[in-house]
Amino acid sequence: MKRSTLILLKTLTWVACLWPIGQLAWGAVTNSLGADPTARIALSTGYTTLMLLTITLAITPVRRLSPGLGWLIKFRRLLGLFAFFYGSVHMVTYVALYAAFDVNAMMADIAKRRFITMGVAAWLLLVPLAATSTNWAIRKLGGKRWNRLHKLIYVAAVCGVIHYWWQVKSGVLAPAPFTVVIAALLLARPVQGWLQRRKVQAVAMDQAS
Amino acid sequence: MLIGKPSDIPSSAITPKEQHLNRRRFLRGAISGAVAAGAAAVGAERLAEVYSPRIGALAGTKLETVKSPLTTTGEELTPEEYITHYNNFYEFGVDKDQPAKNAGALPIRPWTIKVEGKVAKPLTFDIDTLLKLRPLEDRVYRHRCVEAWSMVIPWVGYSLSEFIKQCQPLASAKYVQFLSYYDKRVEKWASESTISWPYSEGLRMDEAMHPLALLTFGLYGEVLPNQDGAPVRIVVPWKYGFKSAKSIVAVRFLDKQPSTTWNDQAPNEYGFYSNVNPEVDHPRWSQKTERRVGLPFYSQRRTTLMFNGYGDQVASLYTGMNLKKNF
Repeated sequence: MKRSTLILLKTLTWVACLWPIGQLAWGAVTNSLGADPTARIALSTGYTTLMLLTITLAITPVRRLSPGLGWLIKFRRLLGLFAFFYGSVHMVTYVALYAAFDVNAMMADIAKRRFITMGVAAWLLLVPLAATSTNWAIRKLGGKRWNRLHKLIYVAAVCGVIHYWWQVKSGVLAPAPFTVVIAALLLARPVQGWLQRRKVQAVAMDQAS
Repeated sequence: MLIGKPSDIPSSAITPKEQHLNRRRFLRGAISGAVAAGAAAVGAERLAEVYSPRIGALAGTKLETVKSPLTTTGEELTPEEYITHYNNFYEFGVDKDQPAKNAGALPIRPWTIKVEGKVAKPLTFDIDTLLKLRPLEDRVYRHRCVEAWSMVIPWVGYSLSEFIKQCQPLASAKYVQFLSYYDKRVEKWASESTISWPYSEGLRMDEAMHPLALLTFGLYGEVLPNQDGAPVRIVVPWKYGFKSAKSIVAVRFLDKQPSTTWNDQAPNEYGFYSNVNPEVDHPRWSQKTERRVGLPFYSQRRTTLMFNGYGDQVASLYTGMNLKKNF
């Protein structure tokens, strides 16, 4: 890929990733966040977090579809860090606008309300991933260990989806699309691995005969 | 009864003008005011004219109203825009902006309420008869949703008890059930959730007979917009909003507690009583505070009041009851 194309695509990615928070900031300044701004901020940041986690998880299986898609890896860290950024804004929304910085209220919430417990767990799982996102950290950890650590994103995504299901009212199916897509992306990994092994075996058998 | 004699002051005069009285409405108000002045004696007949069965959308039609001593004072009204565009009406979609877009499909004329069950004899009331049954009162109520947001809404209607008296319930009637309109061809969004329709709500007889329980036909001095439960709904201001059934087509008097939609859906989350109670948390969030709709995000939070602030009037209904158990 040409360097100028890459820069263009990276710029577009930045703009797309900043768009949701930009909308919220503009809405907050102009007081146009709708009827229930607090709920809007919480929902929007949570939704964007899941969306970015989903796209981040899609990079690897999509890359494997064709050698021509290898360049997608250059976007994974950026998307993952933006997912962490929105997850963090989502956390701050809860701490400031729901718990009003009341530590006791937060402790009670985490102990009593499983959707909050699950949400906090999902965010905590993302913290070490964001912290080890630098080239320095990858070198320091070594590729293998770094890869193993970053498999935590699977757990975080699953926690995020469960958090969403437990948050919505019983009978509401809004988290279903995320559930299906994330499940498919997680399943794609072993399935693609299996297909790959079969291909290698077939090639080996060909050569043997 | 607490209902006063009809007043000459249009309801629009008691609501903040800048919030809802744009030029068009002002003109319409002036015209209907002039008509009202000329036909004060036949106000009810005028209403019947306004409600032509052929008119599909009546929203925006002025209602002639009187003041009420049961109105809530000292609260800033939530702008009409939010009351009409932030709705839970799952038959028209689960997102709060969907009912405003989709509820136009609700056929609000002709409309009848069937009265069944433990009554002297089953009856059917036409909506236009109900509109004329009693003078329509302006009643500002706080509205507290179980989801922890709240509004202040100027409803229009009269006490539900006035209607119930007309139904002639038998002494064996201990509960009243309200059933909402349901037609899956009209409300095709209803399948977005796993709820079983029609929407059902219920009250104990003494709750339903309480003068604060309102049979509601309008808001902000005008006919109810469809998404707010047109053409007739109940409003029970000391209970969470979902107890106030919308677009009612049947009222059943029963000797047993009826099954109600949200209680069926998740009994641990939504009790039959569902009185506003800051001491009883929803399993997923605290009910101690609420977010007032229409305010900026940094000033929305406020304390939730027991019985939504109507304890002086309604607490006696629950004397001796454990409200934590009977939530």
